[in-house]
Amino acid sequence: MNIPAELKYTKDHEWIRLEGDTAVIGITDYAQDQLGDIVYVEIETEGETLDNEEVFGTVEAVKTVSDLFMPIAGEVIEFNSALEDNPALVNEDPYGEGWMIKVKVSDSSELSALLDAAAYQDLIA
Amino acid sequence: MSVETSLKLTSLNDKHISLGAKMVPFAGYNMPVQYTGVTEEHLLVRSGVGVFDVSHMGEFFISGPNALQLIQKVCSNDAAKLTDGKVQYSCFPNEDGGIVDDLLVYRISEEEYMLVVNASNMDKDWAWLQQHNDCGAKMENRSEGISLLAVQGPKAAAALQSLTSIDLANMKYYTFETGEFAGVPDILISATGYTGAGGFEIYMPNEVAEKIWDAIFEAGKAQEIRPIGLAARDTLRLEMGFCLYGNDINDSTSPIEAGLSWITKFSKDFINSSALKQQKEQGVTRKLVGFEMIDRGIPRHGYKIVNAEGEEIGEVTSGTQAPSLQKAIGMGYVPTHLSTEGSTIYLAIRNKQIEAKVVKLPFYKG
Repeated sequence: MNIPAELKYTKDHEWIRLEGDTAVIGITDYAQDQLGDIVYVEIETEGETLDNEEVFGTVEAVKTVSDLFMPIAGEVIEFNSALEDNPALVNEDPYGEGWMIKVKVSDSSELSALLDAAAYQDLIA
Repeated sequence: MSVETSLKLTSLNDKHISLGAKMVPFAGYNMPVQYTGVTEEHLLVRSGVGVFDVSHMGEFFISGPNALQLIQKVCSNDAAKLTDGKVQYSCFPNEDGGIVDDLLVYRISEEEYMLVVNASNMDKDWAWLQQHNDCGAKMENRSEGISLLAVQGPKAAAALQSLTSIDLANMKYYTFETGEFAGVPDILISATGYTGAGGFEIYMPNEVAEKIWDAIFEAGKAQEIRPIGLAARDTLRLEMGFCLYGNDINDSTSPIEAGLSWITKFSKDFINSSALKQQKEQGVTRKLVGFEMIDRGIPRHGYKIVNAEGEEIGEVTSGTQAPSLQKAIGMGYVPTHLSTEGSTIYLAIRNKQIEAKVVKLPFYKG
């Protein structure tokens, strides 16, 4: 299972990467593997400011549906529109082309409360 | 990954694990839910050939001079129409208008039948049959000793033919033959399945299951035969509009409501037949329908079906993104006036109301 060392993780299997005050967010390799073939990523929170752990969207796989949770508080400024036509990008490249949203982070110190790669590895072991 | 000790294992458990299957508990068994991916596996069965381990299914043997009498009493379909080597889809109606289980009835001979029941209902079915066996039919539950492989897809006959002298390509749908298969005598092969893709179901003693599994994969190399998980079995059956017990039919849905009038024959008496006959004559207030989504969203078991005003009118019983159709489809019960083709219904999904249209079954027409 691919768990990049430079990212932070939630117990709900989202990853987050900070670029200045913007965070890129997606779901982990483990999450996409557990969900199976992803057929629809529904994100209708673009432009909204959400709290940490609030639902920012849902991901539908053939066999199941799962909510997506904010790893950090902030404004959802962008949705990866490539997922509209090709949701399988989440399966193929969960940390790259399968990213889901960009968030303008309210307080980057919240990041320290998230799991690092080693702690996330322990969680899914 | 650890396996709960209470889970039963099929004879092919080691095969699945060595093939990298994702295993899940299902009906008390540790079962392969997928190998490489549900969409890929699904499409492979539609276009080629795949093998499902469905050894969890139950096999009851009913025999003796009164075997047919018991079967006619508990089954909705008319088993007197069967001849040797024929298979019939049927259900056990309960006394309250619902369904105990759905099943296949195999006539082996005039005085011997095999009933194939759902694993999740096996104990309930056995108790139900015992309770109603007042005519002294001999009953034997051989489920624990029998393995079952479903080899499904348009290339199934070609993949398997070298293993048997039975003429597979010319077997008629819902018939079976017993003969040598992969060097093992007395193997029961039926032209049945739960995918709508054609193919065979092969019943064998547990002791030869691994040998036959290996022989099938060797024989089917040219057809690129592959193992298929239960997730694809579910999407395949749903594209055909086949009912799944526990989802689309259960203890409180009647066969008439469920669109199973075609297996409910009033040419004979059976448990609750007079009430069901009345239901058929007078009409039912709700019906099981198939629908496809107009708005974006995927129906799931348990979602509410609502009318244009947002009032609850029913519930989704099965739903998925259909790999062969690339559409979101589902089944559910709706009031009879909304059950006709083209009716507009809505699903309440996460505080939204999204539009769907009632369509004719099967969803997948080949």
